[in-house]
Amino acid sequence: MSLDVFVKQVEEEIEDLEPGTLTADKDYREIEQWSSMYALILIAMIDTEYDVTISGEDLKNCITLRDLYTTVLRKK
Amino acid sequence: MATSIKYISEFFPEEKYTNDDFFKEFPQLEKQKKSLEKIGVENRHIISKSETSLDLAIKAAKKLFKEHPVQPNDIDFIIFCSLEFEYTLPSTAAVFQDKLGLSKNIGAIDIVSSCTGFIHSLSVAKGLMDTNGHQNILMLFPSSLTKEFHPKDYNSKFIFGDGASAVLLKNEKENSIGQFVFGTDGSRKDYIIIKDGRGRNPINESSYTNNINEYGNVSCNANFFMNGTGVFLFGIKTIPQLINDILTKNNKTHDEIDYFVLHQANEFLLESIRKKSNIPKEKFIIHLKDTGNTVASTIPLALNSLMKKGESLSEKTVLIAAFGTGLTWGGTIVKL
Repeated sequence: MSLDVFVKQVEEEIEDLEPGTLTADKDYREIEQWSSMYALILIAMIDTEYDVTISGEDLKNCITLRDLYTTVLRKK
Repeated sequence: MATSIKYISEFFPEEKYTNDDFFKEFPQLEKQKKSLEKIGVENRHIISKSETSLDLAIKAAKKLFKEHPVQPNDIDFIIFCSLEFEYTLPSTAAVFQDKLGLSKNIGAIDIVSSCTGFIHSLSVAKGLMDTNGHQNILMLFPSSLTKEFHPKDYNSKFIFGDGASAVLLKNEKENSIGQFVFGTDGSRKDYIIIKDGRGRNPINESSYTNNINEYGNVSCNANFFMNGTGVFLFGIKTIPQLINDILTKNNKTHDEIDYFVLHQANEFLLESIRKKSNIPKEKFIIHLKDTGNTVASTIPLALNSLMKKGESLSEKTVLIAAFGTGLTWGGTIVKL
């Protein structure tokens, strides 16, 4: 389990995004087409791969995938 | 005396709304196409302005009488389960009795329930059969929810479709419906709601003020609103536990279930639940590609899809579970 793997997993799940669009420290809401569907994809991927259920509040408090990864580690 | 799900018929309005139609209407979402396709819906049927949910229910019931060996005179109780009714009063079930020319010596009630409606209705019907000896209960599950959408609410327009199912329950010797599990959490009523237009909040000037969420989707208090993220989290937290509770209450194990038929909310949520609950794909029914989420009708439509495949469901044990507005959830085990 590492941040790099986490970012890669997210990239694989969100198929619409060109590889490299997402990085660990990018504010993912700044991606033009960022949507509620992507938020659901993140929740589901984290739930399945890490057995961690993140809350709506967790999502609101995170800006980057690094933040999200830290939240997953904290809740695991 | 014991209740069994005997026959199911379905009816859909003529007008279709395809994914092509959707992306023409909302071209800004074209870039999210691959992700949105995970929802699992390709086509939906949309009710016309001049039709009501009662019209859909009548057409589904007429198909039931045509397709199966049951006559209108056999019906001794009607349950009309929907979110859309003809009048504030009387009940739409009473209007249905007259329109179909059914016997006047029968009971007829409306049940106000959305996606959990099939479970709620089935439990009431089973109770009636067990305690009052009814022989043929007709349950109707029409949905015309698309009438309640804000024109710019693309999330709802992508997920939901209109339609109706008519289900005949028969009182037979063998018990084929198990014990029910229910859940309700009214503290989360705002997750799926039409806020204005009834007793608490009559329609007012602000009812039509657009509310735009953080992702740009639009609704207003006079229209249907769903907190998609909240509902998704509710689904993945609550439903795997609900499945376990249904198994426990009915003294069954996972392996003894032939099919798991859940409310067809959307394929992405269903897949997440399936993975969490370790249910094999071949036992897990997904049936919403050409209908969308039809609210209380999704479970009967999914059961009917198995029947229409010609698969012999005799002696098959099926776990059914649903969840929706309220928030509410529930389920049981049926033998088909």
